[in-house]
Order: sequence, then structure tokens, then C-alpha cells
Amino acid sequence: MQESASQVVGSEEPVIRIRDLVFRRGRKTILDGINMEIRRGSIVAFMGPSGAGKTTILRLISGQLRPDEGTIEVNGELISSMSDRELQHFRRNIGVLLQDGALFTDLTVFENIATPVREHTDLPEPLIRRLVMSKLNAVGLGGIEYLMPHDLSGGMARRVAFARAVVLDPDLMLYDEPMTGLDPIAVSTVRTLMRETNNALGLTSLVVTHNVKQMGHLADYCYIIAAAKIAGEGPPAELSSSTNPGVDQFMNGKVEGPIPFHYQQPGAAWSLLD
Amino acid sequence: MNKITEPIAQAGQCLIFMFRMLAGIRLSLSQILTVLQQTYLIGARSLVIIMICGFFVGMVLSLQAINALEQFGASDQVSLLVGKSLFRELGPVLTALLFAGRAGTSITAEIGLMKATNQIEAMELMAIDPIQRIALPRFAAGVISVPLLTAMFNAMAILGSVVFAIGVMDLDSGIFWSKLQTGIYFQKDFIGGMWKSFVFGGTVSLIAVYFGYSARPTGAGVGTATTNTVVMSSVLVLIFDFIMTSFLT
Repeated sequence: MQESASQVVGSEEPVIRIRDLVFRRGRKTILDGINMEIRRGSIVAFMGPSGAGKTTILRLISGQLRPDEGTIEVNGELISSMSDRELQHFRRNIGVLLQDGALFTDLTVFENIATPVREHTDLPEPLIRRLVMSKLNAVGLGGIEYLMPHDLSGGMARRVAFARAVVLDPDLMLYDEPMTGLDPIAVSTVRTLMRETNNALGLTSLVVTHNVKQMGHLADYCYIIAAAKIAGEGPPAELSSSTNPGVDQFMNGKVEGPIPFHYQQPGAAWSLLD
Repeated sequence: MNKITEPIAQAGQCLIFMFRMLAGIRLSLSQILTVLQQTYLIGARSLVIIMICGFFVGMVLSLQAINALEQFGASDQVSLLVGKSLFRELGPVLTALLFAGRAGTSITAEIGLMKATNQIEAMELMAIDPIQRIALPRFAAGVISVPLLTAMFNAMAILGSVVFAIGVMDLDSGIFWSKLQTGIYFQKDFIGGMWKSFVFGGTVSLIAVYFGYSARPTGAGVGTATTNTVVMSSVLVLIFDFIMTSFLT
């Protein structure tokens, strides 16, 4: 397998447009005034400290959460104002790989991958079998279709989940910490799969991660989210040499810097005076 | 929300959850197969415990009934007393309580764990409605299973009664069966009990799937939801039993 990181930077056409996005949980503002344009065919990474709101952005884009202010457009459709039924229809065109794979534990590997196909198509059984087996072979796991998820290693489970996510050839792939908890070989395997699939199917991929080094190899463009805002953005190479203090702190793992060590509870200052 | 409004709000959410489930009934082949599979998993696999408990309940009922009736020289009425208590009350109620402990807890824990491991979220993101896919088949299986399990509980309890009253206490078998045959009415006793078990099956299954689905996605959250399923199911079964008995008699 051959990688071509940062060679494919996507077309000029933005597939996702986020305008003045604000999202709050109670009194705490998680995202404040976020603006983004993500180009078709690119792999975009969201990086930043834990709790910065990276996964929240993915959930807003997939319609699991609704923004308090601002708009999110995917392929020209306004996600933030879709009805539940419209969201269901929209989600058929996205593939999602969650942190732990989230395979259905009561189904075999084959049934896990076949589930979205059975649910959203009327394909005959022989065709479903061929489709599932081709995806399993594509992730290098041909012959394990009869195994249960508890029989798989972490890396294998992640690859099966990847096969399930792409089985309907989605336009948009969302990855939430896809490499967390994997050994270096599995990390490279998943990373290569992500790049090759993105290039082969012409997808747009959004990746939430902490792994600065891996994103340097994989992503075309990165956003660093900190303190509810975009602290920095640009191609990975550019960000590595950034003089912006917040970007420099995150990219080089420094303790001192504008990104605070202490959790900032809204109203905490007042509680000290009580 | 305070301690008064919270249970009311939760009851409302539980009802909305039930309507969302019922709206998902399609009677498609795949849905029927999933319901049958769940009926096997939660119904057929509860058979052993139901049969054992039914047998011993029948025996202990006969023992108590014979001791009490002997004082009035009416020990030959034992089958009537056992039959009436079983078909009308003990069969449906005890089966529902056993079902809540055996299957209700496993349903809640299974769905809660699916939530904790992001399987429910994955399903939503695949545009698959988890309420239809996960909750509905388990709920339907519970509604189907409990009346069938109740019938089996009753049959085993009668067998236990026969073993004790005829086998151990040496009562006349002809009198035993004739009293049972003439004193138990199909419509009033048997069907009345089946109606109850149908309602209890729905109640226990609804609570089990709802608490599983609304559990906090942590180990402690799943544990609390499982406990709540048993407590709430047991209390509601007894409350509904009183209400239904008031209307059926």
C-alpha cells in the first residue's frame, strides 16, 4: 500500500460550510463563532486539547446536535434546520468510525457489515454477500466474516468498523479518534486505509484526533480547536512551524501557554466569594 | 425538576417511548424473525426457572390449603382453591415477577451496555432507528412470552399440586380432577389470568427497554437502570394486578 499524504488537497468546491457556529452546554460555551470551509476530496483533521469541542463539531455536522447559533451546510443542504426524517436520509451518505469501533456485539463480523446494506437497500442476498466480502478483503480481513466482535483484536475491530462505515460508499467520512489505543502497526494500517479509501472513492474525510504526528502524515488541512475557538488552521507542515503561541503549545505538547491546564468552570470565580 | 414532577415527567417520556416503538411496527419478514429470535432468547430461556418455581408453588399451595381445609373437613376442595388462586392471581403475578428478574434485567443491561459502548450511537449515525431495531423486538417478545410462560407456570403448579395432594397426602384423584374441572371457568379464570399476564408482559418489557435505553452510559448507570427495572416492574405489576382484579371480578 502506498500513501500519498498531503498530495490530494481536494477540489476548490467546499462540501461543508460552517458559519458563525455557536454551541453551548448549559452556561458553558463549547464552540464560539466557528467558521470553516472544507473542500471536497480532502482529509481534514480537528485537533486540540481534550474537551475542546472537536467531537462536538462532528456531532453537529452529523446532525446529532443542533447549534445554538450559526449554520452548517453539507453539499448545499442546511443540516442545522433539517427535520429528523431529513437527517435520517442525509446520514445514509455519511460513514462514521467511532473511537472503539462500536461493532454490534450480538452480530458476526459479516452481519455487522451487512447491517447498513440490509437496512437501506433491497439488494439480493448473493450481492450483499459479495459486497460485504469485497469490503472485508479491502481492509485485509477476508475469511473472518464468521467471527464475533469479541474474538477480534482492537486493530481488527477498528478495520471491521471501517469496512462497515464505507460499505455503502458514502460521500463523507467522519472519524472520531480512529487511532486511539492501537499499536503502531495497526495505526499505520488504519491511516493507510483512510488515505487510500479517501483517494479511491473521492470522499471527504473529517478526523478528530490528538495524534499530531500521524495527522502530519495523513491530513491535508488541520484545525486546532482550543478555548471554544479555532486557535490555528492550515496544512500540517505550516502548523508545525507556526509562531502562534496556542498552536505552538499544542503541536509541541508544551505545558506552559495560552491553553489552560485548569478546567474553567463558568462562574467559578464567583463561587470562591460565596 | 423536583421529586414530584420528575416521576411524572419520566412516566410521560416512557409513554412517548412506547408510542415511538409501536409506530415502528412494520410486520416485515426481518422484523418478525427478529421478534422470534428475541422470543427464544428471553422467553424460551426463562422456561426452566418458570417451570421449577411453578412446580414448587403448586406443592406449597397444596400443603397450606390441605392444612387449612382439613380443619373444616373440606380437604377435597384443595384443587379448587389451588386452581382459583393460580389461574387468577399467582400464575400471572409470579410469572411476571420472575420474568422481570430473569429477562427484564438482562434486557436493560444489554441495551444499557450497547449505549455505553456507542452501539446505539453508531446505529443512529447509520440512519437506523435503534428504537425500532433494538427496543421494539425485545418489547414484542416480552408481550408474547409472558402469557405463554404463565400458562406453563400454571401447568407446572397444577402438576406440583397433584404430586403433593394425590401422591403425598393420598387424596382421591377423581375428586381432585372433577373439582378442578367443574370449579375453574375458562373465560373468567383462565382468560382473565391471560389478560393480566399480557398486560404484565407489556409493562415489564416496556420498563426494561426504556430503562436500558435511558440509562447513563457508564457501569454505574447500567447497574442503577437494572435495579430500577426490577423495582419498578415489581411495584407496577402488583398495582396493575389490583386494578385489573377490581375490573375483572
